Amino acid sequence: MDLQIALLLGQDGITNGAIYALLSLALVLVFAVTRVIFIPQGEFVAFGALTLASFQAGKVPGTLWLLIGAGIAVAVVDLRAVLGRSRQRRRIFSILGWNLVYPVVLAILIHLAKPGELPLAAQVILALALVVPLGPMTYRLAFQPLAEASVLVLLIVAVGVHFALVGLGLLFFGAEGSRTPAFSDGSLTLGSLTVGAQTLWVLGSSLTLIVVLAFFFERTIYGKALRATAMNRTGARLMGISTVMAGKLSFLLASLIGAFSGVLIAPITTVYYDTGFLIGLKGFVGAIVGALSSYPLAALGALLVGLLEAFSSFWASAFKEVIVFTLIIPVLVWLSLTTHQVEEEE
Amino acid sequence: MGATAAVPVLEISDLCVSYGKVEALHHAGLRVGQGQIVTVIGPNGAGKTTMLSAIMGLLPRSRGRICFQGVDLDGAEVEDMVAHGVNLVPESRALFGEMSVEDNLLLGAFSRHRSGLRDQAQTMEEVFRVFPRLKERRSQHAGTLSGGERQMLALARALMAKPKLLMLDEPSLGLAPLIVRDIFRVIGALKATGVSILLVEQNARAALQVADYAYVLETGEIALEGPSRELIDDPKVVESYLGLGGKR
Amino acid sequence: MSPRILLPVFVLSLLLAPQLVSEFHVTLLNYIGLYSIVAIGLVLLTGVGGLMSFGQAAFVGLGGYATAYLTTATSLPVWIASLGGSPWLGLLAGVVLTAAVALLLGLLTLRLSGHYLPLGTIAWSISLYFLFGNLEFLGGHTGISGIPALSMFGLPMKDARNFYYLIWVVVLLAAWLTINLLDSREGRAIRALKGGVVMAEAMGVDTARSKVVIFLIAALFGCVSGWLYAHLQRFVNPTPFSLNMSIEYLFMAVLGGAAHVWGAVLGAGVITVLKQWLQDWLPRLLGASGNFEMIVFGVLMIFVLQRARDGLWPILCRLVPQRAIARSVPVADVLPRKSLPEAGEVLLEARHVVKRFGGLVANNNMNLNVKAGEIMALIGPNGAGKSTMFNCVSGVDRATEGEVLFRGRPVTELDSREIAKLGMSRTFQHVRLLPTMTVLENAAIGAHLRGSRGVLPAMLHLERAEENRLLAEAARQVERVGLKSSMFEAAGSLALGQQRTLEIARALCADPCLLLLDEPAAGLRYMEKQALAELLRKLRGEGMGILLVEHDMDFVMGLADRVVVMEFGEKIAEGLPEGVQRNPAVIEAYLGGVD
Repeated sequence: MDLQIALLLGQDGITNGAIYALLSLALVLVFAVTRVIFIPQGEFVAFGALTLASFQAGKVPGTLWLLIGAGIAVAVVDLRAVLGRSRQRRRIFSILGWNLVYPVVLAILIHLAKPGELPLAAQVILALALVVPLGPMTYRLAFQPLAEASVLVLLIVAVGVHFALVGLGLLFFGAEGSRTPAFSDGSLTLGSLTVGAQTLWVLGSSLTLIVVLAFFFERTIYGKALRATAMNRTGARLMGISTVMAGKLSFLLASLIGAFSGVLIAPITTVYYDTGFLIGLKGFVGAIVGALSSYPLAALGALLVGLLEAFSSFWASAFKEVIVFTLIIPVLVWLSLTTHQVEEEE
Repeated sequence: MGATAAVPVLEISDLCVSYGKVEALHHAGLRVGQGQIVTVIGPNGAGKTTMLSAIMGLLPRSRGRICFQGVDLDGAEVEDMVAHGVNLVPESRALFGEMSVEDNLLLGAFSRHRSGLRDQAQTMEEVFRVFPRLKERRSQHAGTLSGGERQMLALARALMAKPKLLMLDEPSLGLAPLIVRDIFRVIGALKATGVSILLVEQNARAALQVADYAYVLETGEIALEGPSRELIDDPKVVESYLGLGGKR
Repeated sequence: MSPRILLPVFVLSLLLAPQLVSEFHVTLLNYIGLYSIVAIGLVLLTGVGGLMSFGQAAFVGLGGYATAYLTTATSLPVWIASLGGSPWLGLLAGVVLTAAVALLLGLLTLRLSGHYLPLGTIAWSISLYFLFGNLEFLGGHTGISGIPALSMFGLPMKDARNFYYLIWVVVLLAAWLTINLLDSREGRAIRALKGGVVMAEAMGVDTARSKVVIFLIAALFGCVSGWLYAHLQRFVNPTPFSLNMSIEYLFMAVLGGAAHVWGAVLGAGVITVLKQWLQDWLPRLLGASGNFEMIVFGVLMIFVLQRARDGLWPILCRLVPQRAIARSVPVADVLPRKSLPEAGEVLLEARHVVKRFGGLVANNNMNLNVKAGEIMALIGPNGAGKSTMFNCVSGVDRATEGEVLFRGRPVTELDSREIAKLGMSRTFQHVRLLPTMTVLENAAIGAHLRGSRGVLPAMLHLERAEENRLLAEAARQVERVGLKSSMFEAAGSLALGQQRTLEIARALCADPCLLLLDEPAAGLRYMEKQALAELLRKLRGEGMGILLVEHDMDFVMGLADRVVVMEFGEKIAEGLPEGVQRNPAVIEAYLGGVD
């Protein structure tokens, strides 16, 4: 391997690593706030990418029907919960608004605007507007009724959601993969290294998103409320921070990060309905490096995963996945040597 | 009978709580009048914490009515109680250990976060006037505070919500006598600001000295009640604590 | 229909089934059997043990590939080749390989909190899948074909009907072994893993070992299923060993009822039939081809966990009238007892114990000792640090400074499990019972260290003599504390006071010389307190030492020989009960004051 190839692989690794890092942050966040090991994270990546690809192909993405269906389901369960209680009439409008009116308005918009002819930026925004609300809706339908259940039960539910979403992905987008055109053409030449425009887009957007997230958690009251819930659930409830609100918000952030990552990688690799799962799991490997609790360590671990993947695809391309997933063995050894005997769960 | 002097802020009746098959609180009732300090004392395991948790909505109530300022709050959850102006400082303090003192206080005002930054800064200044120590440590992590400072922060954080009713669970727990005195001085002073207080304490003498009215809880039942200054010398209170009853 | 005959009816219909149904349905039943074996392993691991694995299909793959390779390879070393590519060699190799992998994975992840095992096995599952698909000698993604048929008793098993019997014998065997295991000393230790780790450790159970054991058993069941699969299909490729299949195995266990062995068979049946049916119908309905049954399975799982978390089996059981089992306590020899120390011998001595949690000092310079044949009470207001002290001397927690001696031996650094072996037994302030197990079984956990037969004899029920002695001992202690009438009730259905008493029976089952009781009288009625005091006096009379943390002053004063009073983590008074009760510092501590 010469320097040229090493630089190329490194660039590849960092690009993928940046995506994994974003996902690992979302995974750590969701776990800390809701104790859900968010296996379906990757499906949001695939939905984001494939929804965008549908728009570009001038088709109506199936995720629109999912949004409408999920919206109806959420409206039904929420209304049933609210109607029994006289003091919450005011909430009815917001329930109907977000779960029924919003999807319908979006559907009309998509129908009228002919997304295939819109500029890319508008398509991206539409794709996000369509996929991101599915996050909190998933929380409402699958996880909120089980908020007090053990990590184990929540994990099985997460796997169930993963199964359902992968199956729906196949139904909506078919078994064919899609690839979208790059956000912009051209490349940047730094000495002997040529960096593709999409790589810059990925790195720039990931960094921006990480900075925005850091600002959100450090400086805004809702960000602090999420951190407070992760630290001390009872304490947070006593401040009036509802567990449901925290859960929905963390799922919203996770689906935003997921769908956005999907949009970013769609021009780099061909995305299939089940591609997201492996991508999400690589984010998990990063999150495990951070012991599911440290954001910086998780991000670093994810970068490491990206680099390892890039270099092993050069040395032993058939065993790329094996090498990446075996990385967690030394991490687990290290964790088990440094962690003390665990106390009881539940 | 009861806290008759003022309009009741909180009135609970017939409150029962069970853990599985075991009933920990039987048909308890009490009233807290406007601007009053009412204390519930009793030995360990009597069900004091259970009672506060049930009122707050942290524990499911198997029966009973909870009336706050004339509004029925029977099925209310924790967030609803906070929204109505009821705040609980739990025995564990439940601080956010890896956040600064200031962030802890800001989160205390979460229920009123729409009131604007200026209003909150003003409330924080008021709170700092009561607890000057916290102002010195405003950027320190809550987890690094001493026991007494933690209790002060817990109290201060609850005050940030501008509660109408403040419920305190064992504020003296595990604190040295000098600090206990400080805490009770603050509790006494709060009365002047118009907030009503429901105080649960094991430290019976301190609680009785600061309170207007008291209930004695024993094995999940209200065994005794009356104006504090009458109960303070009641031999039955001493008995229930030291178990002298069985000797005679 | 009486429930007693359900099992024979089930076995009989299994026997007859291949003669009555079509070839296609026999094949379906074969698959249900293969899946059941794996799912039974998951019942043990997930339903009972509370651990979760996404690697089961990979273990099935190991079993399948091991035999596929060994029975078809043409270039094997001479010493193996001489065995003539025997399927039995394949089985042996698969078992050894699976055990090695499971042991490694288990040791790596099981010391960490519960969610690392699933995450670790996901990674393992994916790695193995890609490995199968990319290794030249395993045939890559095309797999290995031409696997020879099994032959048993000289009978080659070439058709599905013959194979059917083999599969279902293995299913019944797996179920029998698992049910036996759960109904044993080791089984009680395993059942304590879900929500009773701290308690089980204090009773001398090596919970880490129990976790590894069930992970190993579940993996081996998978391996055997894979071996059968390879010789049934006579062909293997990576697809049926993927992560998705692991997830389906998990669904089978959860849907059937993760805590019930027969639930696994039920779940495997329902999922397999449903999958068959959905794969026929959904593509027609949706006008596209693909694994759309995933959507249904996913939604079904969410629904089951939200609405019927214990799965279908308990629901079915409710349809059948409950069998009134005439349960009796086995009659058996008395277990040998340790000799109690001489009265007056110092059993426990804590010297200058300090315990800090971060900056908080919970215990400061605490000294106390307990002698054989005396009741020592540790009292003090809430938050004084009594329970912390208790945890430090019993090894549940570790003192920051200072020394704890038990019968002259330093035990400061020992785990609670090792201290239990030396003859110290304890109860917990927050009752730690296993609510769904009977009173008798809960007590029998206390006798864990008085038995020695391991997992294998338990699975074959070869340890019945010892088991009977343990149960008889447990029954004696239950009777002794006055719970005889509730012997076979679920511990969770007792009143709180009785649950505390049961904790004492459990502690007594360990045959301790020192008994540590954390608030035993809380929640007891007057008469029950009297009976408890009487029991403790009797134990004292036999020479046992008792350390008691208590709030009920009445109870303590009439009972204790000596009293130590704590406040703010320190000792403020020590002496005879009467003296302590009049001590102004003690009165101050209890009633408080601000002057």
